[in-house]
Amino acid sequence: MACFLVPAAEAVVVTAAYFVVKKKEQKLQAPKLSGASGIDQEEKKITWSKRLSWLLALLWGGVFLLAFEHFWHGEIVPFPPFLTAMSNPADAAEMFHEMLTVGVSMAVIVTAAWGAICAIVSANVKKVNAAKPVKDK
Amino acid sequence: MTLLITVIAAVVATILWYTNEQRKTYKLGTLALMYWGASLMWFIDFVFEYAELKAEYFNQAFADILNDTLLGVSVVVLGLVAWVIILLIKDPKGVLRK
Repeated sequence: MACFLVPAAEAVVVTAAYFVVKKKEQKLQAPKLSGASGIDQEEKKITWSKRLSWLLALLWGGVFLLAFEHFWHGEIVPFPPFLTAMSNPADAAEMFHEMLTVGVSMAVIVTAAWGAICAIVSANVKKVNAAKPVKDK
Repeated sequence: MTLLITVIAAVVATILWYTNEQRKTYKLGTLALMYWGASLMWFIDFVFEYAELKAEYFNQAFADILNDTLLGVSVVVLGLVAWVIILLIKDPKGVLRK
């Protein structure tokens, strides 16, 4: 009915977090680019903005395609109240129940999948960084 | 069927991302993640529906299967359209700026 609204809300929050993190990273990156910092440039690192961009692609992609599915089934209309379930209280109650069960589960599984992706990538990057000095010799 | 078609699209996009050297230029990771995001969400939808209907879930009328298949194909096409729009906005090869 409107289960995708829960991941959509998460996507909005993550988008805001992404821009804040990106700005902070750019501030930290500026001295590095000018060569003022002695921080090792060779070490591979996955930034938090990069990690959040993966979550954004998962969330917005899913939300966009699910919104289309809801439109296909006539559950979303391009005029108020936009969600057909909102037109009567019984359907609205069912919709809120679905958002709390299906919607929350969707947000949790997507976030968990993203966590797994981040863990795998971090482990691989650690392996690459650990192997680097040996290779250089 | 929608879930199945979206998972197939996600797997194909992931294979393309893995095998293509220009994965970053063509934003193949974004395409794969978009389809995986939708697949995960539809999987949850399937789990809840299956818990409610049990085996009855698989006894669908031909018209429903056809409708779901059409929806799945439309979803894949819409995903591709979204990806092309992202690609044109980011314009990694600078084609539009020339």
